[in-house]
Amino acid sequence: MEEAFAKLDIRKPENIVYKRTDLLVDRPLSYCPGCGHGVANRILMETIEEMGIQDKTIGISPVGCSVLAYDFMNIDMLGAAHGRAPALATAIKRLWPDHFVFTYQGDGDLAAIGTAETIHACNRGENITIIFINNAIYGMTGGQMAPTTLEGMRTATCPYGRDVKIMGNPLKITELISQLPGTYFVTRQSVHTPVNARRAKKAIRMAMENQKLNKGVSFVEIVSNCNSGWKMTPNQANKWMEENMFPFYPLGDLKVDGKLVEKK
Amino acid sequence: MAKVKGDIVINIERCKGCEVCMTACPFHVIAMAKEVNSKGYHYAVKVNNDCTGCTNCAVVCPDGVITVYRAKTE
Repeated sequence: MEEAFAKLDIRKPENIVYKRTDLLVDRPLSYCPGCGHGVANRILMETIEEMGIQDKTIGISPVGCSVLAYDFMNIDMLGAAHGRAPALATAIKRLWPDHFVFTYQGDGDLAAIGTAETIHACNRGENITIIFINNAIYGMTGGQMAPTTLEGMRTATCPYGRDVKIMGNPLKITELISQLPGTYFVTRQSVHTPVNARRAKKAIRMAMENQKLNKGVSFVEIVSNCNSGWKMTPNQANKWMEENMFPFYPLGDLKVDGKLVEKK
Repeated sequence: MAKVKGDIVINIERCKGCEVCMTACPFHVIAMAKEVNSKGYHYAVKVNNDCTGCTNCAVVCPDGVITVYRAKTE
C-alpha cells in the first residue's frame, strides 16, 4: 500500500532532511509506544551530534525509565544509584572540567529520592546539565504516586486521587531550584508536538553550550507523558497533559543567563 | 514558482503504532495500517501524495522510525 505513494525520484541521499541520528544505537527503543522519553533521547543525541562533542560527553542515567537511556545513547554513560546522579556528575565534572556532563533523570528520581543531591548540586553551582523528565508518576515500577503527581490525579497508590491533606502538595522542583544562586539556566519544555520538541531541542542546546561558560547548573525540565502509567492512549495522554499538567507546570524559561524571568 | 515535494520512509518493523505522527502531520499523509508488523503493532503508512517534507512527523516520532526526503521541483 505504501509503495503506491512512493516518490522514488526524490528518495536520494542528498534529499534527506531528517533521519534518525547515528548517536542513537541502532536497536529498537524499549520505551512504551508514544513515550516522551524516545523524543527526549533523540533530541539530546541530535544536540550532541550537532555540537560535535560525542567523544567528550559523559551522560549519567540513574534509576527509573531513564536508566534505559544508556542502552541507546552511543556515548560514554554511567549508571548512578537512585537519585544520586547530580553527585556523580559533580565528581566527573570536577575531575574532567573539559568534558560535557549531563544527567538524565525522571521525576521520581530527581524530585523524590534525589532531592537532596539535586538541591545541593544546584546550590553549589556545579557546571553540569540536568535533563529532568517530569511525567508526574513512577512509570517503570507500575504507576505509583510521585512527588510531582497532580492534586486529584489517580495512580496505583492513590486510586481515589491525590488528596493533598494526607499526601501533601505536588512539588514544583523546577521553581524551587530556579531560586538558588548556583543555577544559570532553568527552563521547562515539552516534547509532545513538533513545535515543542524543536523548542526543547534549542533549550538542551543552550544548556549544553552553557557548560563552556562555567557559570553554574543548566536545568531543563521536560514535561512528558506516561501513557502506560496514566492508562491512556498516547494521543489522549498528550491531550490530558496539555489540559492538566501545563496549567500547573507552565512551559517556558524560568531563569536565563543567571537572571530570573519575570512572569507576565 | 518552485514547488516543494516531500516523501517519507517509515521503518515499519520499528514502528510501535502510537499514532503521534498521525496527529502531527498537517496534510494527513499518515494513517495506521490494518496489517500488523512482527511485534503486533499497527504500523504507520503513507496514504496520499500530499507530503511536503516538513519533518513534523519525524520530529515527534518517539522511536525515530521516519526518514524524510525533500526536493524542489520547477
